[in-house]
Amino acid sequence: MAKMMYRDAVVSTLHEEMERDESIVVLGEDVVGGMGTEGGPEAIGGIWSTSTGLYDKFGADRVIDTPISESAIMGAAGGLALTGKRPVAELMFADFIGVSLDQIWNQIAKFRYMFGGKTRCPAVLRMAYGAGFNAAAQHSQSVHHILTGMPGLKVVMPSTPEDVRGLLRTALRSDDPVIFLEHKALYGVEGEVPDGDYTIPFAHARQVRSGEDVTIIATGLMVGLAEAAADTLAEDGIGCDVIDLRTTSPMDEEAILDSVEVTGRLVIVDEAPPRCNLATDISAIVAQKAFASLKAPIEMVTAPHSPIPFALELERAYLPSADDVEAAVRKTLSYR
Amino acid sequence: MQLSREELVQAFRRMCTIRAFEERLHDVIATGEIAGFTHLYCGQEAVAVGVCEHLDNEDKIVSTHRGHGHCLAKGCDVTGMMKEIWGSSEGLCKGRGGSMHIADTDKGMLGANGIVGAGAPIAVGSAISQKIDGDGKVTITFSGDGACNQGTTFEAMNMAVVTKAPCIFVFENNHYSEHTGFEYAVGTSKDIASRAEAFGMKVWRGDGCDFTSVYETMREVLEYVRAGNGPAAVEFDTERFYGHFEGDPQNYRGEGEIDRIRETRDCLKIFREQATGAKLLDDKELDEIQQAAIDDVEAAVEASRAAPRPQPDDVTKDVYVEY
Ligand SMILES: Cc1ncc(C[n+]2csc(CCOP(=O)(O)OP(=O)(O)O)c2C)c(N)n1
Ligand SMILES: [Mg+2]
Repeated sequence: MAKMMYRDAVVSTLHEEMERDESIVVLGEDVVGGMGTEGGPEAIGGIWSTSTGLYDKFGADRVIDTPISESAIMGAAGGLALTGKRPVAELMFADFIGVSLDQIWNQIAKFRYMFGGKTRCPAVLRMAYGAGFNAAAQHSQSVHHILTGMPGLKVVMPSTPEDVRGLLRTALRSDDPVIFLEHKALYGVEGEVPDGDYTIPFAHARQVRSGEDVTIIATGLMVGLAEAAADTLAEDGIGCDVIDLRTTSPMDEEAILDSVEVTGRLVIVDEAPPRCNLATDISAIVAQKAFASLKAPIEMVTAPHSPIPFALELERAYLPSADDVEAAVRKTLSYR
Repeated sequence: MQLSREELVQAFRRMCTIRAFEERLHDVIATGEIAGFTHLYCGQEAVAVGVCEHLDNEDKIVSTHRGHGHCLAKGCDVTGMMKEIWGSSEGLCKGRGGSMHIADTDKGMLGANGIVGAGAPIAVGSAISQKIDGDGKVTITFSGDGACNQGTTFEAMNMAVVTKAPCIFVFENNHYSEHTGFEYAVGTSKDIASRAEAFGMKVWRGDGCDFTSVYETMREVLEYVRAGNGPAAVEFDTERFYGHFEGDPQNYRGEGEIDRIRETRDCLKIFREQATGAKLLDDKELDEIQQAAIDDVEAAVEASRAAPRPQPDDVTKDVYVEY
């Protein structure tokens, strides 16, 4: 076991996997940083420091600093993947799927299906997402709910450094396109990381806390809120079963349904706005498949139906909080 | 310098306001008093002012993430902008937009923009609208040496040409897109204007650190576009004095680079030399103008500190029009 930051979990895994597999190619804006400057390449190593040292070790063929051209970055990832490489393409901010969505959605996600199962498209599309930095409406969004609805893509949302390493390895060793969503507020978070070459399978949720009163489902940054709420509620003798989904597509439905069968009460925490998001998706599944187990209406703690505001107070009001989660748990417990 | 005294005073005043605004923000951000991503325009003031001094409120501009200078040059209120960056409910955008999304459509300022390359297509639409109205007005889109690599910019250039829209593509080449040098990232090395030329536009080039060069170049460009000749493009070579965003370590810069550009490429110094050399304005007058700009900005900071904060319920306001 070693302690490691979330961002270092990303970069160390990339180093190890690139050494292991020569077909891995990294591309994105400023992933080298300092190209064409006097201060020289590798001055930055990615604005999130998630590609530090890669250029120095693997060279310009395998670590490609691109112009600001997201559509071409994603498209090139598709082309690389169709021709035997394993691209790891970075969108500096997940919000930039707006510029590049055709390549992700109409191309990369669909190649295999459209081509009759003949091809594989092993592209890993990494992107930093999430609010909490006063970065306002175009640099703070959660996009997992949008991408989860797209057949052909797998969507990963690690919440800890340990999971970053295990899930990124799985992504890099699988043959489908994977969206790898890294929460900006987690990059600096430290956690224990097991030694060795472990992988974490997709659709394999993590049990964060065990309890028999209420199920709380969360992903990414929201897992921490659920944990905090669960700890507070435990002081009142309320047991929360906290589940970190880790991947939203494919999703570990069984873990959700098994837990709800025991608790009968469900709170889902989602950083996305309230319509057609992960929380509504899970609600529908539970309503359909575990209706008889439910003892109370499902509670959803989400962002509001609005773009993300800039001002501190407004962003705080926008983001779900541990208090919101706690209140939702108490509400579902007070039903009837 | 062919400008009248009044015009010169106004231009210098505007450049000084931008400089003071950005330098004050640089200091304040370092203390952690305000949050968010802020991209300062220091070093490029002559471009925004040299362009916008030709425009009125019916001429439109579309800006970028580095938008404070464009906004101020287009006449956005100094205090309203500062309050916005402070996140006050009295800010130009009620604290909802912040530094990267300042806009004031009453002034013909159609928004800063957080998405690199998003501005040019919007400008084409605005210019088509002006062409329909037939009022001789134009739309200017500012883009950097980074934004010129975005497909959206290419599409916008071609569409402006085929629709003969009165759109002017102003490329501010400050040599960097974030931490990457333009000679690496721009394939037509040392030149952006030639791309616009290849799309069928008449192009100009000017020195973006020299107000006179910008102003006189834009006089020609605007004459051409207002006369109904369709779009045009102009590239200004300029300098970025601070980092890409506040907090950027800037270790990709050359040794002594910042000192050198501040010494030899400062548009305020160059303006002063020209104005005093031609005996149009003297140092004392220029000092007074500069001080007045600093005082204005300081007053805006004080007003922002005292300004009301938004309420949590404001989050969901203005998502849609209320009927
Ligand atoms: C679509 C998109 N891609 C990337 C970014 C991140 N980003 C913000 S500014 C910038 C560099 C822009 O360079 P340039 O156009 O030269 O403008 P400058 O910063 O020099 O004013 C980048 C890559 C973004 N905001 N939007
Ligand atoms: Mg630039």
